[in-house]
Amino acid sequence: MQACLRADGRKGIRNLVAVAYLVECAHHVAREITLPLRDQGVHLIGFPGCYPNAYAARIMRQLCTHPNVGAVLLVSLGCESFDRQALAAEIRASGRPVETLVIQESGGTESTIRDGQAWVRRVLAEIQSAPRVEMRVDELVVGTICGGSDATSGLTANPAAGRAFDLLIEHHGIAIFEETGELIGCEQLMARRAVTAELGREIEAAVGKAERYYRTLGHGSFAPGNAEGGLTTIEEKSLGAYCKSGKSRIAGLIKPGDVPPHAGLYLLDVVPDGEVRFGFPNISDNAEIVELIACGCHLILFTTGRGSVVGSAVSPVIKICANPHTYRKLSGDMDVDAGRILEGRGTLDEVGREIFRRILDVAAGQPTASERLRHQEFILTYKAFEPIGPGCLPPL
Amino acid sequence: MNSETSATPMQPAPRLLRLSPEDNIAVAATTIEAGQTLPCDGRTITVAMRIPTGHKVAISPIAAGEKVFKYGAPIGSATCAIHPGQHVHSHNLKSDYF
Repeated sequence: MQACLRADGRKGIRNLVAVAYLVECAHHVAREITLPLRDQGVHLIGFPGCYPNAYAARIMRQLCTHPNVGAVLLVSLGCESFDRQALAAEIRASGRPVETLVIQESGGTESTIRDGQAWVRRVLAEIQSAPRVEMRVDELVVGTICGGSDATSGLTANPAAGRAFDLLIEHHGIAIFEETGELIGCEQLMARRAVTAELGREIEAAVGKAERYYRTLGHGSFAPGNAEGGLTTIEEKSLGAYCKSGKSRIAGLIKPGDVPPHAGLYLLDVVPDGEVRFGFPNISDNAEIVELIACGCHLILFTTGRGSVVGSAVSPVIKICANPHTYRKLSGDMDVDAGRILEGRGTLDEVGREIFRRILDVAAGQPTASERLRHQEFILTYKAFEPIGPGCLPPL
Repeated sequence: MNSETSATPMQPAPRLLRLSPEDNIAVAATTIEAGQTLPCDGRTITVAMRIPTGHKVAISPIAAGEKVFKYGAPIGSATCAIHPGQHVHSHNLKSDYF
């Protein structure tokens, strides 16, 4: 595969311009800048909050310096808390072109949109000459998430994604699975797979934290569609979700924005630390996808039973459909038909290999269904995290 | 867990899937109509009511309070006695966590 070489040595499988609003008040202007350019690899991201948040600043920094991103336009209203100078400096230090437009200083909506589009068009041409280099499988970082799950998710798509993860790790790539709130009941299974006993204890503690967090909220990570689709309890949903992680040893536990240091399988802890301050940890699936991308994921495997149609800004989403009925209804939105396993038209290993091949094709430039349909969803809300402890990343 | 490792010849789709030897439920791979009798792992189960795709059917008697097993692990406790062939879901199964 050919990829874009970035100054920090990481390689991007896409070469995007990110237009980032730094408060909701700048959202419309930023969106208008991107609208005529969405088919040219210009993606809209942003943080809606006016109050400061270290987590949001960190995620935005990781996204703006992501290997798939070649240049960034920051759109500020002018009076919000977000430290636009610090972010611009970090982007500049990463070797990427960056421009900041402040609506209150540049004459308001119309002129900011005009200036923004002019800059983006110029920089799009400029970044086409980014050096292209060979990229190996072991340089890939792949995340996985399940959304719109039903009981077929844990029978077909999730275990097949787990097979693909095992293949990726055999090739010394990096694989990240997540959502400790949906691994309740799986903590001992995961601890046994951890490369050290100390990491196993950290994983159990992370799931315990998730359980307490959701108990305080009074609502587990469970939606009506899960129940209609045959899932009865959070433990059952968790066990089905857990299959996505495959069979490899777990090399580390990370938090949003941490980039894994070496090859292997990692668990991403998405549940905030400390008191419940800001409400639900991930209000919908795209919030988790954003966090996986902030950990360096080049692309995302998304398994679905009921039928999620989302993609994401910054990194392409490969949609793996678990339920054969859903696939027939929504095939235009799906990349892999895993539900065929239930109808005897494929095995878990075959579908796992198909997913792995699709990872390589998408990394080499093939658009996914959600990319073709211009799904570029993005959510970022308030959270608080402590840094991971030393036991979370055992050395090789 | 399904454990086929070689390429197909195509096989007829199983209707009831038992994922692990410890499981006392099986999962419907397709919708099963009430009254149908199906093989499952060496026994025959007569399904008492319509079971949609992905839903669970008891394949052993389950006492009130007993753990229900899927994937070889507990997924909750029965809230009343459940007979083989009955639908297992939120009306007779509750989480041990929430």
